[in-house]
Amino acid sequence: MNAVLDPIAALGRAFLGLVKEAGALALFALEALSHLVRPPFYWRVFLSSLVEIGFFSLPVVALTALFAGGVIALQSYVGFGQYHVQSAIAGIVVLSVTRELGPVLAGLMVAGRVGAAMSAQIGTMRVTDQIDALTTLSTNPMKYLVTPRLLAGALALPFLVLVADILGVFGGFTVSVAKLGFSPSGYINATLSSLKTIDVTVGLVKAAVFGFLIALLGCYHGYNSRGGAEGVGAATTAAVVAASILLLTFDYLLTDLFFSQ
Amino acid sequence: MSTPKIRIRGLSKAFGSKVVLDGIDLDVETGTSMVIIGGSGSGKSVLLRCILGLIQPDAGTIEIDGENVLTASRTRQEELRRQIGMLFQNAALFDSMSVADNIAFGLRAKHLPTAGPKPSMAKARELAGNILQQVGLDASVGLLSPSELSGGMQKRVGLARAIAGQPNILFFDEPTTGLDPIMGAVIDGLIVDCVQKLGSTAIAITHDMASAQRIGNRAAMLYHGQLVWQGLASELMNSGNAMVDQFTHGRREGPIGMELRK
Repeated sequence: MNAVLDPIAALGRAFLGLVKEAGALALFALEALSHLVRPPFYWRVFLSSLVEIGFFSLPVVALTALFAGGVIALQSYVGFGQYHVQSAIAGIVVLSVTRELGPVLAGLMVAGRVGAAMSAQIGTMRVTDQIDALTTLSTNPMKYLVTPRLLAGALALPFLVLVADILGVFGGFTVSVAKLGFSPSGYINATLSSLKTIDVTVGLVKAAVFGFLIALLGCYHGYNSRGGAEGVGAATTAAVVAASILLLTFDYLLTDLFFSQ
Repeated sequence: MSTPKIRIRGLSKAFGSKVVLDGIDLDVETGTSMVIIGGSGSGKSVLLRCILGLIQPDAGTIEIDGENVLTASRTRQEELRRQIGMLFQNAALFDSMSVADNIAFGLRAKHLPTAGPKPSMAKARELAGNILQQVGLDASVGLLSPSELSGGMQKRVGLARAIAGQPNILFFDEPTTGLDPIMGAVIDGLIVDCVQKLGSTAIAITHDMASAQRIGNRAAMLYHGQLVWQGLASELMNSGNAMVDQFTHGRREGPIGMELRK
């Protein structure tokens, strides 16, 4: 009897655990957001997070976007060459970069870089009593640590994605002109005629959502970490993995919302 | 008799099936230094954390200046607890800030709106230098980061941060643990100085008997979540209570050892 019921019970437990976790995360996010409208707001923490996410992620995001744009140009040339639609390459590059690759690649890079750092920092503060120390110094730790980071994440990522869009298209341009022998002006004209405001805008909206999610998962796992160095390590891993999965899930949902009709 | 600064009645807390505090009654009169002794895991830290609002107790009342903190509004709770300064066991300095910024943070965070405009960060850093000197450190230490300091210096900076806001109540969580005996005596001396200078009410938890007698004028022993003895700190070594005697003299045989072996 137990052999039959045990797997089902385990499945039920896992599902309940997931529901509980989702609820805790939602409450955590709501509490952090509620501090946006309750002064004081810690500008110093906000600005340093903004610089940490927006400025210091520029190199990784730029390099990723540059190569991704180049690869798309190369792949589509090889793939579509036989159909004599090489002129479509500029369009394919700009469409895929602005709609998908810019936001998703920048998001994943920032999740690995910033989400992990946030989780490790806040987690270490938790296990060394620094978060409790904030409370004893009449400072709400959610208001001080979490709220400014969530806002910084949601504002910095659109900026990074804009940079990724430009550099991704530039990567495609460079490969097409230098390696595939396209005319520069022809490529630029084809790019401009395929460039749509809606694609860029939706990409930036996605970026804001991704930035918020990355910061949220980083803060949430760090804030709730337990048990010394090992706990902080586990929290950091969980923050990056959960942020990456949620990011791709929301990417699908937002794409469906904006482009499916 | 005047209202005690802190009055605790029937305070209980359990984590799952493990009862950590079991109906604690404790009065701390204004201006006294209360030392709470007890073995590891006897609930000493949990008691302090309940008063600080870091842990929500299951039952009982905690009054500060005669007002129950647990049933007060959120703002009032913050106001009442604003007068508490805390020195954590490992100092818990913010490692993302310099030493001076740590103290300046304490100074600004505890600033009362009624005491004029909040000092600017630059002004607070300047004041931090003076506070560092009060705990026997040179103002130049302010430029260092907490990770560059020894354990004893971290404790001193932690003390400086705790007293920066001139709190009426000071808590010390094992202030001498992990320090050599001389540094322990130095920290105890600083604690006594600060408490006297500020006229604060203090609660210290420790299992260092020398430290307990230096810091406290009153003492209490916590065992299995209950206060088994209260008295003068000077009576700690000859209290007449079998548990306290065993604990303070570090004997293996006695009521506590028998319990553990069961």
